[in-house]
Amino acid sequence: MSVLLLADHDKGELSPATARLVAAASQLGPVDILVVAENPAAIAAAAAQIAGVRIVQVVKAAETAESITNSLESLAQRYQSVSASASSVGKDVIPRLAAKLDIQPVTDVVEILGPNRFTRPIYAGNALETVTDPQPKHLLTFRASAFRPAASGNAASVESLDLSVTSAARFLAAHRTESDTPDLATAQIVIGGGVSVGSAEGFQLIEKLGKTLGAAVGATRAAVDAGYAPNDWQIGQTGKIIAPDLYIAIGISGALQHLAGIQGAKKIFAINTDAEAPLVKIADVALIGDLFEIVPQLIAELEKSGIKH
Amino acid sequence: MKILVAVKRVVDHNVRIRVRPDGTGVETTGVRMSMNPFCKHAVEAAVQLVEKGQASEVVVVSIGPKQSNDVILTALAMGAHRGVLVETDAALETLTIAKLLAKVAEEEQPDLILLGKQAVDDDSNHVGQMLAALTNRPQATFASEIVVKGSELEVTREVDYGRETVALPLPAVVTADLRLNTPRNAALPMVMKARSKPLAVRPAADFGVDLAPRLVVEKISPPAERVAGKTVGSVADLASAIAAEVNEMEAL
Repeated sequence: MSVLLLADHDKGELSPATARLVAAASQLGPVDILVVAENPAAIAAAAAQIAGVRIVQVVKAAETAESITNSLESLAQRYQSVSASASSVGKDVIPRLAAKLDIQPVTDVVEILGPNRFTRPIYAGNALETVTDPQPKHLLTFRASAFRPAASGNAASVESLDLSVTSAARFLAAHRTESDTPDLATAQIVIGGGVSVGSAEGFQLIEKLGKTLGAAVGATRAAVDAGYAPNDWQIGQTGKIIAPDLYIAIGISGALQHLAGIQGAKKIFAINTDAEAPLVKIADVALIGDLFEIVPQLIAELEKSGIKH
Repeated sequence: MKILVAVKRVVDHNVRIRVRPDGTGVETTGVRMSMNPFCKHAVEAAVQLVEKGQASEVVVVSIGPKQSNDVILTALAMGAHRGVLVETDAALETLTIAKLLAKVAEEEQPDLILLGKQAVDDDSNHVGQMLAALTNRPQATFASEIVVKGSELEVTREVDYGRETVALPLPAVVTADLRLNTPRNAALPMVMKARSKPLAVRPAADFGVDLAPRLVVEKISPPAERVAGKTVGSVADLASAIAAEVNEMEAL
């Protein structure tokens, strides 16, 4: 009944969401982690510390869809479930692997109801689908934000696998957004800005509020399309799915595809000029007014009250 | 270069969907249907490659009921050359769709297969990756830029950390993200012309693919509703509400 979980990583570090994925996968059986990376040592060492991990297996290889899929495929027969995060990597490789193994995958799992019963959102989260998977093997991606993280303090063994994986596609270049704000997908507080923020300079105000609260910063699709915020800040159906304790939406009217990305937020606060905006309607707390007046005052108030993240 | 584009007919993305009270699914009768937005970006990318002289033929394929002809006609009006409808009234799983598309690809032998990255109804984001595996081609998902360089493509992908560029030897599979391009609205003369372009209709049963679903869908349910909140009157009130939330987090 064991589960293989692919670890996400970036810049040589394990993704902070991994502990949540281990917690999810552990509901199905003992969890082994697979790390595929050019320089896997530090990533594997971090993964070995997560409670519930049995073995960390390591493949030193380029990180293309083909090389990751081939690595997973060579291990797949030992496991009843092969899983990954519903991240840009997991979404890229799990369906490819599924077709190779002739298994219909179940992806974006937000709830595990039993050994082969899962809930996943459809229609941008406006409906939930409950499925039973009677196949002999399960191929899964989990939404990290839907699960509480596993503890740390483990010391699982790390094993290197000598696989030669090939890839027709070649990685050429990474274009990253330099930012020191917390990871959007796992942050406790997220501040989101809409197209009303008006400019990239306007977003610096949103970022400043983010810094005051130790929050991650996101944006709507319209704000990203307008060039005010980088693409990896996009929250919504086709961007990042967030589930913070507190989401503060600034100048966001609440298009359906944006609401899809924030349904997991425990509390939603809104700042908007329009009291009738869909996002204001679903907010737990709303303040109606001009964001350019409110946000600087809010930063001052929060600093005055000595709020510390 | 020959391009195959797969398109899907879905509930229009501006429609607020309604879950049937009996839990059997989402109401689709009497609901406006249209081409999945991501598929439009795939069609637009293919047509632009033709306009740049980098592609010679665009074949568009859809799988679904007879009415899926409408989305094929939309693609033909945008500039695709001919269409294929793989007709079925059954709700097919993504793996089955990918297997049917692999059969079409075997017949058509395209250099490039373009798809939308996901359909906005089931939100699966599977088919391009599956088709790449079944046709043993390299893949570039979530594309925001496609550049042809000889017998290779350089594709920029939207990923969680930003963007990355990969090189793919042809033949290959690419799935389109929203910032790949701005899909055109076909002018009326193109819409009229589309009706005279070849459109082959072929029953899904003729492809020798097992169409039976693997998963059992128990129910479709609406998400939990959010209770309406309150409006505060001042920045100070908002600040104290935020402080209260932060204190609660720290208590955990």
